[in-house]
Amino acid sequence: MTDALLQVSGLRIEADQPGLAPLLEGLDFEVAAGERLAIVGESGSGKTMATRAIPGLLAAGVHRAAGSIRFEGEELTALEERDLRAIRGAGIGMVFQEPMTSLNPALTIGKQLAEGLKLHRRLDDAEIRRRCIDMLRRVQIADPERCLAAYPHEFSGGMRQRIMLASVLMLEPRLLIADEPTTALDTLSQREVLELMVALTREMGTALLLITHDLGLVAQYTDRVLVLEKGVLVEAGQTREVLAAPKHPYTAKLVGSLPRPGDGGATGGGGDVLLSIEQAVVEYRGKPGLFGAGAPKRVIDGVDIAVRSGEIVALVGASGSGKTTLGRAALGLKELAGGMVRFDGVDIAAMDRRQERDFRRAAQIVFQDPFSSLAPHLRIGEIVGAALRHVPGLTAAERAERVTRTLEEVGLAGYERRRPHQMSGGQRQRVAIARAIVSRPRLVVADEPVSALDLTIQKQVIELLQALQRERGFACLFVTHDLAVVEQVADRVVVLEKGRIVEEGATAAVFANPRHDYTRRLLAASPALAIAEGSAS
Amino acid sequence: MRGRAHQYLGFGLVGLLLLVILTGFVWLPYDPLAIDLDNVLAPPSWAHWLGTDQFGRDVAARAMLGARISAFIALQTVALTVLAGLIVGLASGFLRGWTDRILMTFSDALLAFPGILLALSLIAVLGQSRHSIVIALSIAYLPSVVRVVRAAALSIREREYVEASRAAGDGPLYTVWRYVLPNALPPVLIIATSLFGWVVLSESALSFLGVGVPAPAPTWGNMLSSARPYMASASWLSIAPGLCIVATLLGINMLGDALRDRLDPRNAA
Repeated sequence: MTDALLQVSGLRIEADQPGLAPLLEGLDFEVAAGERLAIVGESGSGKTMATRAIPGLLAAGVHRAAGSIRFEGEELTALEERDLRAIRGAGIGMVFQEPMTSLNPALTIGKQLAEGLKLHRRLDDAEIRRRCIDMLRRVQIADPERCLAAYPHEFSGGMRQRIMLASVLMLEPRLLIADEPTTALDTLSQREVLELMVALTREMGTALLLITHDLGLVAQYTDRVLVLEKGVLVEAGQTREVLAAPKHPYTAKLVGSLPRPGDGGATGGGGDVLLSIEQAVVEYRGKPGLFGAGAPKRVIDGVDIAVRSGEIVALVGASGSGKTTLGRAALGLKELAGGMVRFDGVDIAAMDRRQERDFRRAAQIVFQDPFSSLAPHLRIGEIVGAALRHVPGLTAAERAERVTRTLEEVGLAGYERRRPHQMSGGQRQRVAIARAIVSRPRLVVADEPVSALDLTIQKQVIELLQALQRERGFACLFVTHDLAVVEQVADRVVVLEKGRIVEEGATAAVFANPRHDYTRRLLAASPALAIAEGSAS
Repeated sequence: MRGRAHQYLGFGLVGLLLLVILTGFVWLPYDPLAIDLDNVLAPPSWAHWLGTDQFGRDVAARAMLGARISAFIALQTVALTVLAGLIVGLASGFLRGWTDRILMTFSDALLAFPGILLALSLIAVLGQSRHSIVIALSIAYLPSVVRVVRAAALSIREREYVEASRAAGDGPLYTVWRYVLPNALPPVLIIATSLFGWVVLSESALSFLGVGVPAPAPTWGNMLSSARPYMASASWLSIAPGLCIVATLLGINMLGDALRDRLDPRNAA
């Protein structure tokens, strides 16, 4: 046991402010050399803090109150800041969640990669350059020479995370701490980055400590797993055993919230066509050159979709496929460059004032990010009530009554006087749903309504949306990249790639027998489905 | 802890300024305009706390009246600038496109002039009076407020709650009034406080240059200006208004810092 690479015992983290409960209590765990260990838990479980404490990088406002952290037999908690710095990077590498902010936008990739090597190793410039190119090649950057001279903004999120990985692994650390490294990426890049991370760490004999809230990733990529709940370790063991037979109720709840095929099941609406998108084209103005605007970029290119009343149609695709834009266009929030959108047979671009008012009331939207979709200065009652502003013939009392009843329906009875910042992400998304349904719409566009939420909360919100849909029978255009959710809720699925429909059909049929290659890749990249299938067989 | 002391000092200095102004309405030690040729250039004494100037007028009384005039001019200027800045900035940031390009071109052109020179030439055109000072300084400071409001509006218009308002069928004016304006206010409030400080300073500078508030009405600036020849022989003449300007600016800036801390959502409980 003494030959563990990292040995954490009795770790306790407290807030500087006295009188608060400890944020992390009595945490013990070990990582053997070359092992892949996952720490899972929902936001607020202390998983990030536990790993930040290892190289002494706790955020301001919290501190380590007790416990020992031994890395390669050396007690890190006894080290001076200067000696810790030598271990960070060279001994323990870290990859963070946000690839958009963890690279310095003002420096070229080459400079940033070289920085670590200059700090920790004595090498001449030519050798540094050679190593950088070599490492970039290993993380599968297509043109490493050009990449060195480029700036971070020239790369996509997935590429940046790979560059980040390269810069960390170049120092050949013995332990790599990856804190939600792919949460900000779409499903396809998520898979690529993780596979790369696993392959490279295996090759280099680096141990991997993966922090995540996504059990699907844990199942696919790690040997052992620790489950944290509210700062306490509730379960630990071999990944396979823990996921197949969770002992602690919290773990069981986490495993149970994974969307599984065959859950719920769609209601199978089939009324008249309510919304029909015909040959829709959406363009964005191109990057303006020195003189005049550049060529327009087509993000939606001739798409036809029909949604019948009472039906749930899922619109899926990776990020950049145009699915969000199409959802906006369906409500007239993005202008079409060609084609048209009809609601109840009427072209929404050619509506008169009355028709437009009725359309706005009958077609609602739930946005992805509950932190940006609720106006921070208003109270919940006002936010939900704002959707009733254009409903004719309602007195103020009737309006308040509708708001109260709708909040009850979404499980937020008595929240009228609260403000958005006093609520959790899941509660906020319930408010967003209440706002969408309070005017009794016939169509709701749900734009990735759960992708910003924790897994267990995701499940609750999806179930709420489903229950409301069943009860009220509104049609729903469900935009998502999460195929597991699609399988759970949608009657039909439309797969979008680069602004065109590549496949569509009844959900069960598409999932059982995907015809297009892109659909197959999306399905394969959905880790939650993989473990659901694994545990079923 | 250091931050706390700052805040208290800021509140204290601004409170003192208010007290001086309010006291000036009901009581002044002497008539600030009364000339007393028997008591010319008297040093500070029990009778004249801050001494008298070259016409025998009481410096303390003049500084108190000057505080009132300076503060009123600053308040009017700030109110006018913020109002105009909000309208221009919101129009520019929310509507984007041609409106934005035209308004920003004007704003950038204004910004290219040194503020005090611009104000000087505007006063030359408008004639020397309190109103023209207010208008000239408002125009000179307009671009800085416009920029802040526009930046806020640009970021707020991309928030999904603004899109939600459109989806609910609200018109653009209502959306701006209900959603964009309230969320653009905190940064404007902060710039308004520092604007107050700049205006006090600029008004003093204009008065010092002789194009400010016309004599014999006292302001800190024209008191300093008329004290210049006596700097060596009667230093109290310049020390009193000088200290007033410094204390006011210090207090306002500290208050602005405190306000910024308070309004920063990261510091909200």
